Amino acid sequence: MSDLTIRGLDVAFGEGTERVEVLRGLDLDIAHSHLTAVVGPSGCGKTTLLRTIAGFVQPDDGTVSIDGRVVASRTVNVPAEKRGVTLVPQEGALFPHLDVAGNVAFGLTRKQPKSRVSDLLELVGLAGMESRWPHELSGGQQQRVALARALAPEPRLVLLDEPFSALDAGLRGSVRAEVRRVLRQAGTTALLVTHDQDEALSFADSVAVLAEGRVAMHASPEAVYAAPTDLGVARFIGQVVELTGQALGRQAETALGRLALSEDTGVNGHPTRGTVTLRPEQIRICELEDEGVAGIIEERTYYGHDATIAVRLEGERGIPGPRVIVRTTGPLPVQDEVRLAVSGLARFFPSEAGVGD
Amino acid sequence: MLDQVVAAPKARRSGKTPGLLLVPGLVAAGVALLPIAYLVIRSFEGGLGRIVDVLFRERTALLIGRSLGLTVAVTTACVLLGLFFAFIVVRSDLPGRTLIGVLAALPLAIPSYIAAFAWVSSPVDVSGFLGAFLVLTACCYPYVYIPVVAAMRGVDPATEEVARGLGKNAWQAFWSVTARQVRPAAAGGALLVALYTLSDFGAVSLLRYDVFTRVIHTSYRSSFDRTPAAILSLLLVILTVTITVSEARLRKASEQVRVGGGVSRRPSVIRLGRWRWLAGPGATAVLGLALAFPIVSLLYWSVTGLSRGVDLGRLSESAVTTIWFAGLGMLACVVLAVPVGILAARYRTRPVRLIEHATFAGHALPGIVVALALVFFGIRYANPIYQRTPMLVLAYAVLFLPMAVASVRSSVAMSSPRIEEVARSLGKTRTEVLRLVTLPLAGPGIAAGAALVMLTAMKELPATLLLQPTGARTLATSLWTETGVAAYAAAAPYGLALVVLAVIPTLILMRVQARQ
Repeated sequence: MSDLTIRGLDVAFGEGTERVEVLRGLDLDIAHSHLTAVVGPSGCGKTTLLRTIAGFVQPDDGTVSIDGRVVASRTVNVPAEKRGVTLVPQEGALFPHLDVAGNVAFGLTRKQPKSRVSDLLELVGLAGMESRWPHELSGGQQQRVALARALAPEPRLVLLDEPFSALDAGLRGSVRAEVRRVLRQAGTTALLVTHDQDEALSFADSVAVLAEGRVAMHASPEAVYAAPTDLGVARFIGQVVELTGQALGRQAETALGRLALSEDTGVNGHPTRGTVTLRPEQIRICELEDEGVAGIIEERTYYGHDATIAVRLEGERGIPGPRVIVRTTGPLPVQDEVRLAVSGLARFFPSEAGVGD
Repeated sequence: MLDQVVAAPKARRSGKTPGLLLVPGLVAAGVALLPIAYLVIRSFEGGLGRIVDVLFRERTALLIGRSLGLTVAVTTACVLLGLFFAFIVVRSDLPGRTLIGVLAALPLAIPSYIAAFAWVSSPVDVSGFLGAFLVLTACCYPYVYIPVVAAMRGVDPATEEVARGLGKNAWQAFWSVTARQVRPAAAGGALLVALYTLSDFGAVSLLRYDVFTRVIHTSYRSSFDRTPAAILSLLLVILTVTITVSEARLRKASEQVRVGGGVSRRPSVIRLGRWRWLAGPGATAVLGLALAFPIVSLLYWSVTGLSRGVDLGRLSESAVTTIWFAGLGMLACVVLAVPVGILAARYRTRPVRLIEHATFAGHALPGIVVALALVFFGIRYANPIYQRTPMLVLAYAVLFLPMAVASVRSSVAMSSPRIEEVARSLGKTRTEVLRLVTLPLAGPGIAAGAALVMLTAMKELPATLLLQPTGARTLATSLWTETGVAAYAAAAPYGLALVVLAVIPTLILMRVQARQ
């Protein structure tokens, strides 16, 4: 059974010529007790999706159902307070006029015991902080109070709107891990909205990539990274090396030589043109002279834990070849001339109108 | 597809305006528009012929000429003084410019009738145009000075440095770069001065200069036929509304041209050299006339009055009456302003914008006009409250609603709407969110705004004069009445009490608000 089901969701803002369609026929299923991340470039409709689920935007078409009950459609609009959907917004948005206990207890009903406040604070690692005020807390602590507050009324769904973006880089990872642990422990269904692909991949059980108001791909983090279903997803999640190529069967001819493809293209006889994609870590620098394809290093960028090298491949008949990015954890080559080879499988996207170029 | 667009009106969004706020908001708008609406009705009752008759009298043309003449003269003088003080304070090396900077803003707090009292009670005869010009200029130039100082401080010094690099000397750079950039601020201030001058009643009536407000009052007092008073009021409102609309337009335009704040660097100082011997005494003289003179005069006559024995019972009774009326006015303003302010801060829909604009009517309506309209209305439709407290409270509500709405709106706007959404998602209804989150958060700001309304209402003269309940007298009306019969020593203690009670707290509150 799916906890949250969204079907054919359309949301537009404005009227007449100023009308902007933000969500166009979006489908999304979120399983019970799962952590799902919705990721996409800014302006793809993430926030609108979240506000529609929460009950602050009514869809023009389509439905949002929670536990099989429609809460939002063109005709139905269950008030936000009756949906059992709580929010952890950016920067926490704690009530500044209430202390920590007051914030956490805000959504408790009369039936729920007050002891729940201290239980939840213990769960988020802030035991004994009941009487602190929001302005006395660090950014990470505020975010954890916001999480405790969202969990307090035992919601059916928790929505997290870029909750880590206001934290500095050092803190972000640890708060993220902490929030993940708490949500797992509480067994809550949660939806995280973010523009940060690393955050989406490391946080969630499944990742939904949003593009142009639709879900372009919804799968496990590994599948989204390793087997993107379209070029847009490949480009958005992680770095991608794109080469034009001719595919036939399970192979493609590219500037990096003949590459093995992850799936059979089903093309027989005449090869098809298209885009072949690789991840930079799939390309390695060869040690032997007679292996791989030759190229000239144009740029070296050192990150500490690894490095990327931009290599211009040797072309044909005096025309320089394409530029590719190589990720390496080994020592940076001192010489400018290198030979490159590919390990693992490449993906192929045939050229269509508007795709692949 | 087209059907869908048509059938999906904005109201279907969850952001639709809640009726809980919309209904009281409409009531507030109705209250704010009542005087002007009734004034129009009353003016046209005598028929169009009557209006033409009044409008084309020679006296009316003279009146328009005098009012506009005074307005132009005062506005010009205020712009020059405001620019002069702003330059001295922000850019010059004049010794004592920090102190001058603080003192130069203070005349704003002195009610025009107290400044007028100082001149009327002095041995110098300055009644008529000269007196009105001096008093109003002294009271109003801070309307130009304060925004221009802010604008001058906000000008990026780098732009002037560029001009210097292009071969201009310090003065040329100042005039060609900085002075140009503060022009919108100065113009906005000038329109406020013009509005204040046209609306002022206290100074022109004590100094016996026949402009609109004084003539309307005399005509109302002396004649059984009150239609001319109504028609003249309407004419005055047309002038003030025109000014208010231009001011709002200009403010919007000048906000758009404001350049983003970069690193705040102190602007360079321009050496006055020999000019300091002119600028220093000049500034001192203006501050002496605008600030020291009214205060000293008030103190002198108060001491004289107290030594002759002032009726302390009546003084304290007037003080209590003043506080009581102003307090009721404040309550009425807050009750009406809270729904409008919340709507304006949270729901930018067309009906909300109309309601908000309607409540700003009081900003353009001179006190005497509001009072007169309510007198007409009271006599005809609200006889039970005519010449009673509710009528005066109603006038205060109309006059000070803009101030209260602005303070509620800005206090509510300061907290993020996300916080309210979080509260909704935690299971609270709209009403509960209002009670548990919105109002507690905006509370301090609303309270400060309410206090400012009360302190301003305590200084109000024309509406209080016309509408105060029979037998009741406030500090302002007592001062006005006693000054009118040349009983300066008897009048002064009321003025002094008013300064202590209303003016000083206003100054403190304005400084606190400015710091926030």
